[in-house]
Amino acid sequence: MSPHTRAVESWTLQPLTDFVREASVRLVLVLTPSGQVLAQSGFSRAVDVMSAAALAAAIVASTGQLARELRQPPFGALSHQGLRHGFFLASFTSERGTLAVLAVYDLDVSSLGLVQLFYEQLAAELKAASPKGAVPKQVLAADFERELTDSLNTLFGR
Amino acid sequence: MSAALDLITRVRGVRGAMLVSAEDGLVIAEQLMEGIKGGAVAALAASLAGRLRRAMEAAGQGRSVFWHLQGEQGALLVVPSGNAGDGGNILVVAVAEPDVNIGLVRLELLRAAERAI
Repeated sequence: MSPHTRAVESWTLQPLTDFVREASVRLVLVLTPSGQVLAQSGFSRAVDVMSAAALAAAIVASTGQLARELRQPPFGALSHQGLRHGFFLASFTSERGTLAVLAVYDLDVSSLGLVQLFYEQLAAELKAASPKGAVPKQVLAADFERELTDSLNTLFGR
Repeated sequence: MSAALDLITRVRGVRGAMLVSAEDGLVIAEQLMEGIKGGAVAALAASLAGRLRRAMEAAGQGRSVFWHLQGEQGALLVVPSGNAGDGGNILVVAVAEPDVNIGLVRLELLRAAERAI
């Protein structure tokens, strides 16, 4: 296991570890559409995880709403490519509910094609590994901060 | 683009041909036999091309003009084309049987690369 890969929900760990190795991505978050992080790889600071999760959840929400406005099914994936880094954000449904994956990669190490290819494998493995019959837990505003703190403590081994 | 790929796929032993974006590893055009995973081949070819380009630069060998990866059950043959300054921004890729006529495929890949630019 990579020392930089940690999971709040242990069933996500092996698929995520494989994805990081195979797609050569730099940073990854597995999260719910509400911004609750299930696993992370590559982040060294809690504040970065919080920011990235909030921004990714906001993008999932805004593109989902845009799709609804256009009477389209939800967008499958979103990709941005900069000069040195690219990021890839995609979501899928599992027994755990809808999950989103945010991956950031260096363009001289990986590529969108590789990330897409191994994301499909990651999504399939997470679907297969997700606890069967689990009802996605509603995160209430009152519990959010405590849950966030607990998650960050787990993700950073505190 | 289809005509460029036709040149390659008509060679006996070639199971498919593709134009691949070297930068992001995505398929631009493809003519593949059933069962060949185009997305996977494209991602592999672009990943190898990027690493090979950097290795060749480090070794002072200039840019690659053709490379051939031989596997147990098939071969991958690639000609980078497009902008020579960045080592080729389009890859012309052939997926072939292990015993394909490499010289002939190479010739057609180079012709296809000229057409694809």
